[in-house]
Amino acid sequence: MGEKILMKGNEALAEGAVLAGCRFFSGYPITPQNEVPEYMSWRLPEAGGTFIQAESEVSAINMIYGAAATGIRTMTSSSSPGISLKQEGISYCAGADLPIFFANVVRGGPGLGNIAASQGDYNQSVKGGGHGDYHTIVLAPNSVDEMGNFPKKCYELAEKYRMPSMILADGILGQMMEPVEFKFQPVDPKSLKKPEWSLGSAEGRKKRIVRSYDLREGELEKLNWIRAKKFKEIEDKEVLFEEKNINDAQLVLVAYGTSSRIAAAAMKMARDKGMKVGLFRPITLWPFPKKQLAKMAQRVKNFLVVEMSQGQFVDDVRLAINGTAEIDLYARPSGIPNGEEVFAVVDKLYQSIKPAIAAKKAEKSKPAKKAKAPKKAKPTKKLKPVKKFQPVKKKTTKIKTAKKSTKKGGRR
Amino acid sequence: MYQGIRISGFGGQGVISAGILLAQAGLLENKNVSWFPAYGAEMRGGTANCSVVIASEEVSSPVVSRPDTVIVMNEPSLAKFEPLVKPGGLLIINSSLVNSKPKRTDIKVAYVPCNKIAEEIGTTKIANMVALGAYAGLTGALSVDTIAKALGKVFKRAKPEMLELNVKALKKGAETKI
Repeated sequence: MGEKILMKGNEALAEGAVLAGCRFFSGYPITPQNEVPEYMSWRLPEAGGTFIQAESEVSAINMIYGAAATGIRTMTSSSSPGISLKQEGISYCAGADLPIFFANVVRGGPGLGNIAASQGDYNQSVKGGGHGDYHTIVLAPNSVDEMGNFPKKCYELAEKYRMPSMILADGILGQMMEPVEFKFQPVDPKSLKKPEWSLGSAEGRKKRIVRSYDLREGELEKLNWIRAKKFKEIEDKEVLFEEKNINDAQLVLVAYGTSSRIAAAAMKMARDKGMKVGLFRPITLWPFPKKQLAKMAQRVKNFLVVEMSQGQFVDDVRLAINGTAEIDLYARPSGIPNGEEVFAVVDKLYQSIKPAIAAKKAEKSKPAKKAKAPKKAKPTKKLKPVKKFQPVKKKTTKIKTAKKSTKKGGRR
Repeated sequence: MYQGIRISGFGGQGVISAGILLAQAGLLENKNVSWFPAYGAEMRGGTANCSVVIASEEVSSPVVSRPDTVIVMNEPSLAKFEPLVKPGGLLIINSSLVNSKPKRTDIKVAYVPCNKIAEEIGTTKIANMVALGAYAGLTGALSVDTIAKALGKVFKRAKPEMLELNVKALKKGAETKI
């Protein structure tokens, strides 16, 4: 603790898990996450744990199913095609309410795709992944430092709610080296209390069963309602996000993981040119920071989503904002954008909304003087929340035309 | 300060480890750093390259698409990376192995006979260190001493006499003038 070490993202992920108390890993090699099993193969035996290179992904995840049922901290990791193979087992773990932890170092897809970075597995990660009615807690790091520090968070959340949790990274985060500082005391697995459902020596206690199969009539629905309640609680309590330059922002970039770093670079370029651009980064992708975005959309009227997929993440942003603001998308499906190109998009968009911003400013400053006679104004026709100071009638119509004209002005 | 560097050469020339060394040195000087390798079908004898960022601000993308400095250690790398250098940027060429001349006139070019210098010191294995020395000397982005210190951190199991040769190569490279 306390020292910054230069590490690969994949290695930081593995070391972070071991420091968080992981003592069992089973996996199968696939680029770009190979350094995780490689690291675990020597590190876990050193820490008194077990590393198994399984004969397949299906086998690896089912070993996790078994090991996690004993109440210990386990881990598996893979990259996109391998995670697809593991989905059956992950669904079984969700069905057995097991707090498993796994990482997906995403590569290009669909199919075998390529081995470069991508964010194409967004929907798979946040909408369940395997079959059945469940969620996975999804944390999206954007640095090697977070790759090293998030496993502990994942274990804690998974155990608190008894459900799978995962880290959604990508080829860049896995392969790159950056300084990492493990900001927690190493967890001694012996200090962790065995959960009351865990299997193991049964002498002198009632029998316990861990399974994802229940044929008794009505029982599964009951269980799924319990889970639904739990999911609701998580959505209320466990949301994590990061904001940059939001306070005065007229345009907010929304991005997670690697794209959030690139969006941050574009934001900085825009700020240097005097544009009021901010950045919102969800850290938990499920639970998604819906409320935070909805609240922001009461004031900010323009958002630009940047993602390395065709437009998956943008759907969750749209659901959160629910029609109360304009949302544009810059997508690079399995491509890696750079700051300059994102800035070019930001610049174009910002110029197109500038008249609307100026009009809004004028509107804001005007009625401040006439604040005492607001009743004469007619309510605006739009469903948008009514502005604090109701402008006089003529002004309102002017603003609207201004807005419309900018819309036609080349926004895509 | 925001320095993006691309190092490229044959697999086996030490371009990947040279990059790690730069990043480690940057970290020792309390800079924000990142390193990112090309991890496709790279192999010994094929071409390999990596990106390094050394910055006083946050590192955005670790993939350097418009490098301030490019170090090319072999012929194919020149054609691939010359067009990427930022206007006004620096191109360091291992003139022992690269015979072609760059076409661009809007960048600074340093010809360093890395293999020749390395061989004079003792082994061609340290040609990459000569190039790093040249980078440090020409840009002043990092001191040779810091890179020398980083050597011990990155190559923990290296023999002291080998490290000494590396430091010699760094220092010799740092004497490069344009």
